[in-house]
Parts: sequence; C-alpha cells; structure tokens
Amino acid sequence: MKAQPIDAGFFSTKLNDMVGWARKYSLFQYPFVTACCGMEYMAAACSHYDIDRFGAGLPRFSPRQADLLMVVGTVSQKLAPVLKKVYDQMCDPKWVVAFGVCASTGGFYDNYATLMGIDRIIPVDVYIPGCPPRPENVLDGLLKLQARIQNQKQLL
Amino acid sequence: MILEAVKAKFPDEVLETSEFRGDLTIVVRKESLAQIMKHLKEEAAFDFNLLMDLTAVDYLSMERKPRFDMVYHLYSLRNKHRLRVKVGVHEKEPEVDSLVVLWPIANWFEREVWDMFGIRFKGHPHLKRILLYEEFEGHPLRKDYPVNRRQPLMKQKSDHELEFIEAREYGQAVPELLRGSANQEEKKI
Ligand code: SF4
Repeated sequence: MKAQPIDAGFFSTKLNDMVGWARKYSLFQYPFVTACCGMEYMAAACSHYDIDRFGAGLPRFSPRQADLLMVVGTVSQKLAPVLKKVYDQMCDPKWVVAFGVCASTGGFYDNYATLMGIDRIIPVDVYIPGCPPRPENVLDGLLKLQARIQNQKQLL
Repeated sequence: MILEAVKAKFPDEVLETSEFRGDLTIVVRKESLAQIMKHLKEEAAFDFNLLMDLTAVDYLSMERKPRFDMVYHLYSLRNKHRLRVKVGVHEKEPEVDSLVVLWPIANWFEREVWDMFGIRFKGHPHLKRILLYEEFEGHPLRKDYPVNRRQPLMKQKSDHELEFIEAREYGQAVPELLRGSANQEEKKI
C-alpha cells in the first residue's frame, strides 16, 4: 500500500493513528553501545527504571530485527563506517536516538579521533543530552520519540 | 640500592639515576637498552619480570635534544620493587630496540607507540598501527600534529548542511547563507 497523506479522510487518518500507536509501543532497539553512557543505558533498561513500561524492553542484537538504533557513547572516525553500515542494515521504518552528548555532538572531544556527532553520517530523530544522561532523561527522550512516531506520516 | 647496583654493573651505559619520593629512575644509552633490560629481567637481584607500561613523551616545546623519551616501567612480582627506565630518542632516527623477546606484552605497547608517536622498534615482529586506521597519515600524539586536523574515513555532513536540516526540521526559514547547500540537500531527498 502506498503512503497516504494525513488529511485524506476518516479511514486513512485513523489508520495512520492506529499504526502510529502500534509502532510507538513496540520499539525493538538495537543498542550500539561504545562508551561510558552504556552504564546509564543499562540502568535505564533494568528494573529500577524499566524501559519496558514504554514498550521498548526488548533489545535485538541484530540490526536487521530492530527499528530503533540507539547510539550510546562516543563514535570514533574509525567506527563511523561501521555505524553507517549498521544503520543501512535496518529495515524501514527506523528511528535513531543519539544518547549522550558524545553521540549528539562529539561532546567535549574535539580531536583527531572523534566523530563530531552521529548526525554527520546518519539522520537522528531524538538527541538526549547529558554526560551521561540520567535514566529519567533517557525515558523523557523515549517519550519524545514516541510522540514523534505517533504524529508522523506512517509508511505502510 | 637498586640504582647503585645498576650503575655499578653498567657504569658507562647508565647516564643518569634519580630518586623522587621512592620512585627510582634511570636514564640509559639507547644502544645498550636491550642489554640492560635483559640483565634487569634475568638477574635474580633485580628480577623485573613484569613490564607494567611502556610509552613515549614528546618534548617538542621544550626544545630538548633528544626530542622524545621512551619510558619503561618495570616491576618485580617477587622482590616487589619498581624501576623506571628512560631512553632518549632523536627525531632524526626515531628507532629503539624492541623488547618483545623479553616481555611479550611489549608487542602491543610498542605498536601503540608507533601509532601515536611514530617511533619504530627494531626487531618487532609485526609493527603496524594498532588503534588508528591504516589510511591515517602522521602520528597524532606528536606535538606538531595540528590539533584541528581531521582525517575522516567517510564523507560527512558539513556544519552548513546540519544547520539546514535543523532549520527545516523546525519549520524555520532557511537562512540566506545556506541556500546553496539547501538546493543540493533537496535534490538528495
Ligand atoms: S556523553 Fe559522557 S558518559 Fe556518554 S559516552 Fe560521552 S563521555 Fe561518556
């Protein structure tokens, strides 16, 4: 089926909402963990903060099964082609979260080794600031992503 | 005691000895490094069976000759004593003897020093970059490597392109300055 414009009538808008609702509560994430932010990712994912309440509780360890790429930590120039490849391996629809300032902008690193933000090589939907971000911050970012998924035009 | 013993054994090769708050340091001649290290490792009185660390220092801004120092940290598990060994390395001929035959751990450390400082190791079995990629030019921890020199492996978006994407995301007018890159960006999408 082709993508429908949002104002195309009752059925298609409701379908759009429904698909968005289903998608935002069944995020399968691929954690691309490279550095210290990983600890905070684990805290957010484990039972104290329990990311499963938001429907994102099942990390997949193959990008082919995931629809949310979480880039957690510093990405170096050497790793950049790998990240791009992982992103390309994911099937549509897919979303990307830059977790922590390193993934968002390079953070305090400004040197020969570090990629200055993953948005230089792949598109990013939500940036979570903090070094590292608190788990509340992560969950907030996840809610923002869910709102974005709900409101976007769904590709069916 | 260790300092005196080393100095007595190698009077000509040990250039300098010093002690600072219990840390012992000797500076040795580059040519005799391998010989002295072998002795330090195998002689029972020293018995330095653990090479804890091996690194280099670049003294470019101090205009010192020789420009580099190789620094080795030795530890003896049995005698529980430590020793720091330093060797000066000239910029013209950045090469010292490899210690892989004595301590296998030196293999990766020496590759790291080659990667970061461009000091070669004579007799190393596999001297190639360990952290950076093969395409990288130069040695980034040398003080004359420009701080803002980047050598990306793949094409990356410029600051302008990122600003354009952000402006479009928030429905703002795209600044006049960015129009040029905007058109290219539009074509791609
Ligand atoms: S943002 Fe801070 S905590 Fe996260 S990877 Fe970078 S340095 Fe580590």
